[in-house]
Amino acid sequence: MKSTENKIIHPLENAGVPEDQRHLYCDASPRPYPALNKYVERFLNWARANSLWILGYGTGCGAIELRPLLTSRFDISQYGMNPRPTPRQSSVFIIGGYLSVKTLKRVIRSYEQMQNPKFVVGLGSCTVNGGMYWDSYNTVNRLDYYLPVDVYVAGCMPRPEAIIAGFEKLKSTIMAGQAEGANEYAERFDWYKSNQKKIIKDWDMPDYNW
Amino acid sequence: MNSLIKRLKMQFDVEEQTQRSNLSFINATALQLPALLTHLRDYEKYTQLIFLTAVDRIEDNQFQLTYMLADESSQNNIGVRVRIDRENAVMTSIAHLWHHARTYQQELREMFGIDFPGSPGVNDNFILEGWEEIPPMRRDFDTREYSEKTYFPRPGRSTTHPRTAMKAVDPDYPELPLMKGRVK
Amino acid sequence: MYIATKAFYLFVSIIVALVWGLTVNGIVRKIVARVHGRIGPPVWQPFIDIIKSNAKRSMIAHGVMFYFGPVFRFAGGLGTYVFIPAVFGSVVFENLSFSGDLLLVMYFIFFGQLGMALGAGEGGHPASAIAVGRGLAQMTAFELPFALSIISLATQYNTLSITDIVAAQQAGVMSWTVFTNPLATFAALFALLGMNMHSPFDIVIAPQEIPLGPPTEYQGSLLGMLHTNRGIFVSAKLILFMNLYFGGALNLPILMVKTFAIYMLSVVVGVAFPRFRADQSIRFFLGVPTVLGILALLIQ
Repeated sequence: MKSTENKIIHPLENAGVPEDQRHLYCDASPRPYPALNKYVERFLNWARANSLWILGYGTGCGAIELRPLLTSRFDISQYGMNPRPTPRQSSVFIIGGYLSVKTLKRVIRSYEQMQNPKFVVGLGSCTVNGGMYWDSYNTVNRLDYYLPVDVYVAGCMPRPEAIIAGFEKLKSTIMAGQAEGANEYAERFDWYKSNQKKIIKDWDMPDYNW
Repeated sequence: MNSLIKRLKMQFDVEEQTQRSNLSFINATALQLPALLTHLRDYEKYTQLIFLTAVDRIEDNQFQLTYMLADESSQNNIGVRVRIDRENAVMTSIAHLWHHARTYQQELREMFGIDFPGSPGVNDNFILEGWEEIPPMRRDFDTREYSEKTYFPRPGRSTTHPRTAMKAVDPDYPELPLMKGRVK
Repeated sequence: MYIATKAFYLFVSIIVALVWGLTVNGIVRKIVARVHGRIGPPVWQPFIDIIKSNAKRSMIAHGVMFYFGPVFRFAGGLGTYVFIPAVFGSVVFENLSFSGDLLLVMYFIFFGQLGMALGAGEGGHPASAIAVGRGLAQMTAFELPFALSIISLATQYNTLSITDIVAAQQAGVMSWTVFTNPLATFAALFALLGMNMHSPFDIVIAPQEIPLGPPTEYQGSLLGMLHTNRGIFVSAKLILFMNLYFGGALNLPILMVKTFAIYMLSVVVGVAFPRFRADQSIRFFLGVPTVLGILALLIQ
């Protein structure tokens, strides 16, 4: 991870918000948080990897495979994972399948509300390259142009075993200290924002929805 | 069903086209439509609007709207087809007959650009938010070109048709259509 | 010197209570998972969750009360614990018990929820407000049988000191309050079901209808504090009930066995029943448990 301590963080314009409401919103862009001391960080990463709290975004068909994961058949609570109904407390964002422009907007809002060490898992081929909807007028092709994705689980649909394998991969990435998606999002914020705004034409929310 | 068509033909200028014993389609003109639907709903017990959809007949420069009604007591369905001009796509709203028709009309407004003046909320966003191109369900909209232009397609994508893929590994793989009970 | 020793003992006692509370929570999660037919999280999962919550790098605050909410909650849990003598006759675990501690403990049990209500209100999430309303209503409802039971106990033993109540139960199993004053005990155990917020009384957290309730907006170290409090508070409540109704404990292993057994009541009820609606829960507490409490009071 490149150090960007000296990066100039400019206030956001929030042009999508009505002018008289602009003072209600935060205009600070996100900032990257440096990792702590190597050994402390290793310990904390171990804790993060073993207590993954899931925010499931289930409007794509991939989310149907999350139910057997959460219930008795493939109980993922044995790996320390837990569904969390609020983005504030979650650390893993699971994108369950294809995203349309409309859902991408909500995904971005939810992602930005999550707190710093946060990881994104893209389920299904649709998040990789649009899958079977790749030439649709409304399906986002590459998720990693809009959010920093840590793990992709390919398949249409991926079986729960494949998703568990994806989580194992995510765990090892976190423990190796390489799952710094949140920092990457902060560093390349302008690039991500321009991509997002390119396809979300009616941007009627603040630029950064912390 | 037949008697219904006969009765309708006495009152309206319609052509009928029966598909099954319990499913008929009638072609009507746009001007007749509100009267026809009201008649079907109030006198012929076709009280349920199942769906309202559109087909882009680009060759005739027309949109074809299909209003599908159901009579729950006799399990009969009747579809009313209406052709409207494609360039000036305006149709009478039927939201006063069926409240849920407003959602269909909102969708058609967004996906085909067919206007329904007076339908509540017809100009609100339905699925697309901030759409700037021509409506995406019109057939002259090139969805693939739009997708490639907009959505950062991932390079290296290859598509294989199942038949060609199977042909490569199995020369005996049948041509269209796949036969049942094929024994190798 | 005395104060330093006392502070050290208190520290040890709190750590033990915290670790035991979190472990019990972990075991209970495992048991509930097994009842569901799942494997369940490891027993030490609550500890990892706390570490991970505190390891969050960024944090969102919504105002001063937003910070105070978890602090009050934590203070409530801590305050409940430090005024309960955990182990009868032990120097280390007698904590700050004094002659009127029962009243103070009763106050502290409900103090945390009030603080949390303020903090969650500042968070501004609609689900939080709904949950706070439900929580306070339910708390008022189960406070009634609990208070009646405590008054009955105070009349029975003629004291407000938990240590004295425990001392009066040392003559053998038959001298425990559960046998000498069963009505008061059952009224209080019903109240405990509500306090532990397991199903069917989990109308405050209610994950499927009002996502998580009060802590919806809490994250990072504030959430970590709430989870830490959950450990201490569980210990405190269970130890209080053990002291008042089940003869206290002479050493730590007995304490663990007894508190775990008391907690299993909540767990068994919890896995067997679905959730009440808010009004059903309140009606329930104002029904049979309150009548039991009044009877217990009348008999004394």
